[in-house]
Amino acid sequence: MAETHSLQDMRQQAAVAAKVFIQRDYTNGTVCQFQTKFPSDLETRIDKQQFEETVRTLNNLYAEAEKLGSQSYIEGCLACLTAYTVFLCMETHYEKVLKKIAKFVQEQNDKIYAPRGLLLTDPIERGLRVIEVTIFEDRSLTR
Amino acid sequence: MKNCEYQQIDPQALPTPTPTPPPPHHHHHHHHHHGHDGDKREEPNRLRRKWEVFPGKNRFFCGGRIIVARQSGVLPLTLGLILVTSVLFFIFDCPFLVKHLTSCIPVIGGVLFIFVVITLLQTSFTDPGILPRATPDEAADIEKQIENTGSTSYRPPPRTKEVLINQQVVKLKYCFTCKMFRPPRTSHCSLCDNCVERFDHHCPWVGNCVGKRNYRFFYTFIVSLSFLTAFIFGCVTTHLALRAQGGKGLVFALQESPGRYPSLSNLVICFFSVWSILGLSGFHTYLVASNLTTNEDIKGSWSGKSGAECATNPYSHRNIFINCCSVLCGPMPPSLIDRRGFLPVDEYAQTSGTDIELPTLAAKSEINVCTQGTKGLLESATRSPLLSTPCPQGKPQSAHTCPDNSPTVNSDPSPELSTSCGARHTARSLSDTSPPRHTKTRSKKSKRAALHIPNPAFDDPASPTSPDAGPSTKGSGQKGATSASMH
Repeated sequence: MAETHSLQDMRQQAAVAAKVFIQRDYTNGTVCQFQTKFPSDLETRIDKQQFEETVRTLNNLYAEAEKLGSQSYIEGCLACLTAYTVFLCMETHYEKVLKKIAKFVQEQNDKIYAPRGLLLTDPIERGLRVIEVTIFEDRSLTR
Repeated sequence: MKNCEYQQIDPQALPTPTPTPPPPHHHHHHHHHHGHDGDKREEPNRLRRKWEVFPGKNRFFCGGRIIVARQSGVLPLTLGLILVTSVLFFIFDCPFLVKHLTSCIPVIGGVLFIFVVITLLQTSFTDPGILPRATPDEAADIEKQIENTGSTSYRPPPRTKEVLINQQVVKLKYCFTCKMFRPPRTSHCSLCDNCVERFDHHCPWVGNCVGKRNYRFFYTFIVSLSFLTAFIFGCVTTHLALRAQGGKGLVFALQESPGRYPSLSNLVICFFSVWSILGLSGFHTYLVASNLTTNEDIKGSWSGKSGAECATNPYSHRNIFINCCSVLCGPMPPSLIDRRGFLPVDEYAQTSGTDIELPTLAAKSEINVCTQGTKGLLESATRSPLLSTPCPQGKPQSAHTCPDNSPTVNSDPSPELSTSCGARHTARSLSDTSPPRHTKTRSKKSKRAALHIPNPAFDDPASPTSPDAGPSTKGSGQKGATSASMH
């Protein structure tokens, strides 16, 4: 390939060793929850407690987004009365929580995962199917 | 992975000519060279949005804000019928009724009409809850997991996973097109070639799938439509009755009224549609109250029809009120396909050689290949002969994707998909049962051809598209279902 974009250069420096996918946990129905089981590939890289804490917080945030509470009912009824045109102007509760989640993931990456050569991908970028954890090779850490 | 990228951009225009391009690509290559030098400088700044490379059979408008199924079905007909009926009502019946009754009538009619049109458009243009396809890494990971748990026998391991949801065993199937295990209540619509969450059915009248995100719009649409048709029906009847009172009977009244033919035809249309749409609304009210989808109801997943011993719906909250609230007033889930997002830069860098003036057909299918999977090598090999025919539109990055895109790209059964496609096609040809489709009969003709054929054999609620191939009206069938299941 003739041209290499600068971002690709960066990625080539830290070669991807593996990717781990945390799948969804459907035991409570179709609400968005992820499995808290600690994947074996991450054993050498990160503390089990730490990781489970991250996943559990994510699960709580998603549960908050999908919560069927009085606020969501009021929002829903109001939307129905206006033929759902409010969705075009207002930001829904879910979207607000998604922004919170994005910030949380960013924060976790900066503080905990990047120093260990890992990268968490926000699940929304994978269609809320998986949490993708990219494991970079140790080589990049010793530079 | 890197290999995949290399192969993928090979046939496409690179700044340097490819060493041995396959013959079909020659004229493509020539085509590039003209505009290429001028555009080369602009290319790095031209970012592409994700909707332009969307692999499903959908069309996008307004820069990705509006999404419809590729076959818009009879949406124009639905809109037209609603418009014509309402306009006739306003022109011919309202003046008389305003004079003799009250002037609220056009107001109520107007409000209902606007409600109906808005919810119809929202149902048609909203993303129903499409699940984006698995990235190549994810697909490879799942394949690995399947192989690990699979047997070493000749038979490929069954691609199902069982999960326990609220103490109920639910089987998750593997989707060969999207390369992932489908979440519960998700189904793959073959008309749109997408997995849709909480898939209800594909409605040709609305021209879109009905799924998690637009079910509430759809429900509001049919409920308000039944109010509207009942209202118009009532008003027209009142109009004719009032005229008949004043004059010498109904026939004379009809003769003297200025809009007798429009009023009569309105009456007839409304009479037949009221029953079918009321029936449909009733059916869906039942579904909402028990938190079921049309798909599940037809297949009998939770009623024990399909052989499960004591299957109950694990998603129901066991309370009608809570079920209704959660389906209709719950939080609005976001669109997962991120239509207007920009393609990530590294993917773009792979396709940096792509000439913008290329027909969208070629560009789309190439990026399709990259995202389809590491086994995309095979796919690119089989698909490249198809790229020789340029898209007739040939316009660069127009707001409308070339409608001819999809048939050549998506209907190509690549080696690994051939089994599933073949299975689907044979299943389709074997049983000519119709899918959980919707028909709002507004004409006498289709009402007579009332058939309700359940299709428990189907995995995906798919069917060959032929809107006029005797659409099965759900009018009578639904009422039957409703009366049967509502004890």
